Amino acid sequence: MAFFIEVLVGGLLAGVMYSLIALGFVLIFKASGVFNFAQGAMVLAAATTYAGLVDMGWSGWLAFLAALAVMIVFALLTERLVLRPLVNQPQISLFMATIGLTFVLEGASQAVWGSVVRGLDLGIPDTPLEVSGVLISKFDLVASGTAGALVVLLASFFQWTRTGRALRAVADDHQAALSVGIPLERIWALVWAAAGAVALVTGLLWGSRLGVQFALTQVALKALPVIILGGFTSIAGAIVGGLMVGASEKVAEVYLGPIIGGGIENWFPYVLALLFLLVRPDGLFGEKRIERV
Amino acid sequence: MIYREAGQFRTTYAADQRIFPILQDRVGMVLLLAAAFVVVPLTASEYALSALLIPMLVLALAALGLNILTGYAGQFSLGTAAFMSVGAFAAYNLQLRLPWIPLLVIFVLAGLIAAGVGMVFGLPSLRIKGFYLAVATLAAQFFVDWLFTKVGWFSNYSSSGVITAQPMAIAGVPIETPVRRYLLVLSIVALMALVVKNFSRTRTGRSWMAVRDMDVAAEVIGIPILRTKLLAFGFSSFYCGVAGALWAFAYLGTVEPQAFDLQRSFQILFMVIIGGLGTVMGAFLGAAFITLFPLFLNWLFHAVLRGGEVRAGLLSQLELLCFGALIIVFLIVEPHGFARLWQITKEKLRLWPFPH
Repeated sequence: MAFFIEVLVGGLLAGVMYSLIALGFVLIFKASGVFNFAQGAMVLAAATTYAGLVDMGWSGWLAFLAALAVMIVFALLTERLVLRPLVNQPQISLFMATIGLTFVLEGASQAVWGSVVRGLDLGIPDTPLEVSGVLISKFDLVASGTAGALVVLLASFFQWTRTGRALRAVADDHQAALSVGIPLERIWALVWAAAGAVALVTGLLWGSRLGVQFALTQVALKALPVIILGGFTSIAGAIVGGLMVGASEKVAEVYLGPIIGGGIENWFPYVLALLFLLVRPDGLFGEKRIERV
Repeated sequence: MIYREAGQFRTTYAADQRIFPILQDRVGMVLLLAAAFVVVPLTASEYALSALLIPMLVLALAALGLNILTGYAGQFSLGTAAFMSVGAFAAYNLQLRLPWIPLLVIFVLAGLIAAGVGMVFGLPSLRIKGFYLAVATLAAQFFVDWLFTKVGWFSNYSSSGVITAQPMAIAGVPIETPVRRYLLVLSIVALMALVVKNFSRTRTGRSWMAVRDMDVAAEVIGIPILRTKLLAFGFSSFYCGVAGALWAFAYLGTVEPQAFDLQRSFQILFMVIIGGLGTVMGAFLGAAFITLFPLFLNWLFHAVLRGGEVRAGLLSQLELLCFGALIIVFLIVEPHGFARLWQITKEKLRLWPFPH
């Protein structure tokens, strides 16, 4: 039993890390209806910038601010050069544009910082902590704490600030939002910048786990089942979905994996999400779709 | 002056329903086919045939398949490469275990197996729509990859999971030289393109488009959604499956499951979008562009930076960057793809050279 709980807790903590990436997806989808495939590449770009600057001898905070600045500039450029000309295009075109963006980011960050694997030390010890007989990694605790704080921050921002209300209005109906005088462009730039910041935090946490390398972009693929499980438009859904995917994936890998040959982590979350979708086609917390002819 | 349809009257229903109602289009098509079947094999080098034209045609076939699903029936899919993979492995296993079946029949059977798998993964489309569906089809991508890597039976227990396609022969004639392989691929692709072109105008094809435009409305006017969507998935996967089999047999010879990864799915999706959704011609133009452009970039960068000291890998990263940027530019400039450009050209040609 203790072993099961250990696996479960490990999975839940890993799930929080998935939630972090999913959060970036949800932010952008909520505000602009763009399915941003480039989130994984943004994680890579932010993390390599940070790690590259630290390697050059910058101090951690300075590098963090610089990487944040890079992500904000990227957000502004994306809004101006990609999103604005593509207003009113079908969603699939926007999706393809973000795949193009993925290539640009991957190419650029590797061209600038090289494709070597960099270690990243945030100064958080990765020592196991024993809580009533169950071993929990301290690093995982810090990571999930950070993720939790970020979520609370974003959720309250959406809920209570003026800009947050404007964001929700844009998410609800672009045209109506425009007609009551909400500056759509500024909102988009803002939301991409926020997603960039989330990507930076994600990149730091994942990067210190896996090393800052190209494989970070693959982490984004882990977040896709999370968002379809939780619903594209729900921040809470990203969290719950992440926890569910993380936990069930670990449990399945440990108990089901040996029976059918292992390595099922890659597809199990997708199948799980698929089964959920058959019951709730808009995810657990997604907006209900009302169809009229 | 050349491209005028004045004076060409359609006096019978048959004439009205032709695929190419305009004489100039027919002549153009015949010339194009003649060039592809006769001139190219006589003039093109072995390198051009086996490294450029064959993969281009095979990918065009896969793009046609995705186009059926996304362009005609309006269902997003990111699992194209998985269905290609099923086709390739099915063809390999059929050839291996039932060697007496003729090659062409094997390709058809491989396509049918892929179609079956595609229909299973298409089942969720009845409940799930849009991006939820696109992400759900990723399940196919990762599951198939895992299956072929982990279950040794599919790759005949080869230690690396790589399969080596058997030499091809049709009716005792070995198909080994690039020219023969090219002709085989071209014949299959041309035939299957013709089928799509025709099929999109049948009852099923029209109901695909109705479902694409609005599936609730389509259901209301009595189109069976279940059958229509599953047929689209089946048809599309059949094309992808045949393309996968050709990729293994006619192009590479040896294939590993990782040859059909997510990047391949994206590549084919790019072809469909850049070529133009819902057009047969778009699939070909898109395939030509997506396969040839990276080669052009490669050549360009090497020509520009020749002699300069460049860090290893930098070139490929710059190419990736340019490719991504170009795709964005293309989407902004012409969101309807090459097919739309061609249409505009035809409109212009009608009036040329006298604008009034």
